[in-house]
Amino acid sequence: MSDDPSATKDAFTASGTGREALFFARRNRKLVGGGVVVLVFLLVALTGPWFTTDDPLAYVGPPGAGPSGEFWFGTTTFGQDVLAQFVHGLRATFFVGTVAALIAGVLGMVVGFTAGYRGGLVDEVLTMITNVVLVLPVLAVLMIIAAYLEVRNIEVQALIIGLFSWPWVARAVRAQTLSLRAREFVDLARLSGAPVRRIVFREIAPNMASYLFMVFILLFGGSVLFAATLDFIGLGPTDGVSLGLMLNHAKQWSAMDLGMWWWFVPPGLGITSVVGALYIMNVGLDEVFNPKLRET
Amino acid sequence: MLHVDDLRVHYRTLRGDVRALDGVSFSVADREIMGLVGESGSGKTTLGKSLIRLDGRMRHVGGTVTLDGTELPIGDDGRMNAFRFNDVSIVPQYAMSAMNPTRRIGTMIRELVTSRGIRFDTVRSELDRRLDLVGLDREVLDRYPIELSGGMKQRMVMVISTLLNPKLLVADEVTSALDVSTQRAVALALAGFRDRDLVHAMIVITHDVSLVYQIADTILVMYAGKLAEKAPTDVIVERPLHPYTRALIAALPEVGVQYAGKRLTGIPGGPPSLRPPPPGCRFRDRCPVAFDRCAEQPPFVEVEPGHSVACWRAS
Amino acid sequence: MGRYFGRKLAIYALTFFVAVTINWLIPRFMPGDPVSRMVARAGMQTPEGVAAMREYYSSLFGFDVPVWQQYLNFWGGLLTGDLGVSLWAFPQPVSSIIVAAVPYTLGLLIPAILLSWWAGNKFGAYAARKKVLDNTVLPIWYVLTATPYMWLAILLAWALGKVAGLFPVGRTFSASLRPEWSWVFVTDLVSHWFLPFLSLFLVAFGGWAIGMRNMVIYELESDYAHYLGALGAPGKLVRRYAFRNAMLPQITGLALQLGVIVGGAVVTEIVFDYRGLGYLVLEAIKSSDFFLLQGIFLFIVIGVLVANFIIDVVYVLVDPRTRAGMGGGA
Ligand SMILES: Nc1ncnc2c1ncn2[C@@H]1O[C@H](COP(=O)(O)OP(=O)(O)O)[C@@H](O)[C@H]1O
Ligand code: SF4
Ligand SMILES: [Mg+2]
Repeated sequence: MSDDPSATKDAFTASGTGREALFFARRNRKLVGGGVVVLVFLLVALTGPWFTTDDPLAYVGPPGAGPSGEFWFGTTTFGQDVLAQFVHGLRATFFVGTVAALIAGVLGMVVGFTAGYRGGLVDEVLTMITNVVLVLPVLAVLMIIAAYLEVRNIEVQALIIGLFSWPWVARAVRAQTLSLRAREFVDLARLSGAPVRRIVFREIAPNMASYLFMVFILLFGGSVLFAATLDFIGLGPTDGVSLGLMLNHAKQWSAMDLGMWWWFVPPGLGITSVVGALYIMNVGLDEVFNPKLRET
Repeated sequence: MLHVDDLRVHYRTLRGDVRALDGVSFSVADREIMGLVGESGSGKTTLGKSLIRLDGRMRHVGGTVTLDGTELPIGDDGRMNAFRFNDVSIVPQYAMSAMNPTRRIGTMIRELVTSRGIRFDTVRSELDRRLDLVGLDREVLDRYPIELSGGMKQRMVMVISTLLNPKLLVADEVTSALDVSTQRAVALALAGFRDRDLVHAMIVITHDVSLVYQIADTILVMYAGKLAEKAPTDVIVERPLHPYTRALIAALPEVGVQYAGKRLTGIPGGPPSLRPPPPGCRFRDRCPVAFDRCAEQPPFVEVEPGHSVACWRAS
Repeated sequence: MGRYFGRKLAIYALTFFVAVTINWLIPRFMPGDPVSRMVARAGMQTPEGVAAMREYYSSLFGFDVPVWQQYLNFWGGLLTGDLGVSLWAFPQPVSSIIVAAVPYTLGLLIPAILLSWWAGNKFGAYAARKKVLDNTVLPIWYVLTATPYMWLAILLAWALGKVAGLFPVGRTFSASLRPEWSWVFVTDLVSHWFLPFLSLFLVAFGGWAIGMRNMVIYELESDYAHYLGALGAPGKLVRRYAFRNAMLPQITGLALQLGVIVGGAVVTEIVFDYRGLGYLVLEAIKSSDFFLLQGIFLFIVIGVLVANFIIDVVYVLVDPRTRAGMGGGA
């Protein structure tokens, strides 16, 4: 393998484009700005719970108090610390987003890739399944499933969201695979007798890596919004907190009527900032990997 | 009559300018079909586009283009509009996808012509004649581009581009996307436009020497943003002077026979980076007969009437 | 054309079949016992009452016959419009509760979807031309699409409803009024409708505008646009073509987004106590009224499938290529 000249050439160009991408990535304001916002929130989610109470549902303060030096984000009608709920909820948000996006991403890739690479009847069947799940209104399906679950936690939530969010990924990956399959280098690899697995990992996957990263971001954003919606209609985790659940409680206990803005502003702002920053990062990534869009 | 004098066009990129045209001078006479050949990346498309429309990243750095005594404002997109289509026209490299996919071809032509301030009725009958000329059914005007085959699309675009009898037509890789039998028909159709004097002068760009050999009067060879050699077609084929031209000709198994590969056999390596280009003769790294003088840039000089070359060995 | 629609209809039929099957499977094979939960919710005090109720619900679910027959019975009930009896509004049939609520939801959804789509396309295409706008307005649109529907709804309800007092918040129309064709009632209805509509509109708008902007930029870089430019066609013609072509993927996008927008409508209705399907969803969940919830699920699925089919028809009408390819012109 070491005396295969095309292997060294590929490695060379791969690292070359990698370096070039890095060069543009560091100069892209959308990518860097979005990345900083996401990282800050991620850091808060990871470390925040150390600095606040372990039990964000505990009654620790005066009921319905506005932001103060002691409770930065104020307290709920029951005297729970909003900041503690926020940082714990943020953690749940990152968790659900990541796990659901991974599940949907892997499912979508496997289905789309298999359909595109194998073709024929396999393609027909997988495409049919993809189309059916695609037109099913996901949220309505999740609603039914979640309602019948007596005990709900964020792991299960992430799982069911992931299981129903993959079809558009499969579609896109299938189309990409079809076009890549038509290219010469895959034929060359196949002629040289390389096994399918190696063709995928050596030739096709690197070509799609940047694309898959962007797909992951979109899945993450979508999953976070799905989770928040489920939480809000009362199908969130039956134990623990989440940002959507905070909104649910705020609405249920009339925070709007009582003017307790500190209860419902932070959770929504957290979701919007994280997802919005990710979307803006995605635009930046697109500019980095798609030279046509680069500003001169 | 087209005169190009010391034309310089750069691509702007974040990592510096790509000098895709680095001081290019040549002329094309009336009724001349000039073949423009060279490896992929040598700057042929850039030259063709420079004569009609610079794209967003191209910058006109210097030099002039004169057509029938009028200097073309190639760096000024707005003023250049008056010349486009009327005086200079192009059959682009991407002719397969040059037509709006969601418009009937006839409708698109009507809207294009009208937008240039010309009444469609005045060109309508000519349009039909041109379709007959290239062997297209008149009813293609009622079709959408996807309903046409590759060769039909190519010929359709040729008809559109030449509709107003331009003085200069640039045809960029018009045959590359076609199969061998269609290639010949399209090349001959192109020559037909010149023969009927519907187009005064023509630049036919291709990486395939055997194709222009059939229709071109002269051939201009480019290498890495500079001119290498220009001469009448038979001279280029029989007595090439530049080592690069020789390699191109040698790569033809038999002149006039379709040559399928794009890579230069016999000369390993590829063209140098143009960001910025190395000093001296740009072919030096690959030249089998390079010597110390080649560290200096050879000028593009006329060695006999109608035959110019840029090589220290030749002049 | 027949084959195209045939294929689409086959997918929709299969989707409906899958949805109904999910609906039937979940209560039977999920862990836990839905009947006990429903009975517990009903709050019967006496053991005899509990037993009677348990028997009643078990028979409603149809648990007393073999599985395959349960499945067939389920379809049978469905096809005769029988979705069971609601627990929340006992003893009203689920179908009539839903039918009464659907007009309100459609009255909110249809204007919000169509107007946000239309306005988003207009503004997006405009932003594609103006670089300045691009850098100011684009981030706002991205933030809008990233906003959870219910949060924007809460913010609007709080700021424009509670604090500024511009619009009433809560219910579809004032509790003191009866539905009738009077000036008083209609203005009351519209003032209750406006904020939920606005919040749905805004979130969806951001997405459409971004999509359109990106598509127009892509189209302006396409080969036909460059060719027209090279032939000296004015920017106006090129942009008109680009806009029309960019519209086509936006129509497909509309079909793909339907599910998400319906979800948005559900939570928006909850925020505003707007008495449509969303309100029913909340009440059904609160009272563990599974029949009602499942009925709503089926209604949403049917609505989305019908809308998808309408969009397919529209697409064929506006994209000449589909007709040219299918009509057999050649
Ligand atoms: N948009 C662009 N940005 C930067 N460099 C470019 C661009 N287009 C072409 N080039 C460079 O300009 C040179 C000439 O390209 P081109 O005119 O397309 O060559 P040809 O038509 O002979 O294949 C090449 O080195 C190419 O890399
Ligand atoms: S100038 Fe020198 S290097 Fe260049 S082509 Fe002639 S001999 Fe070769
Ligand atoms: Mg070219």
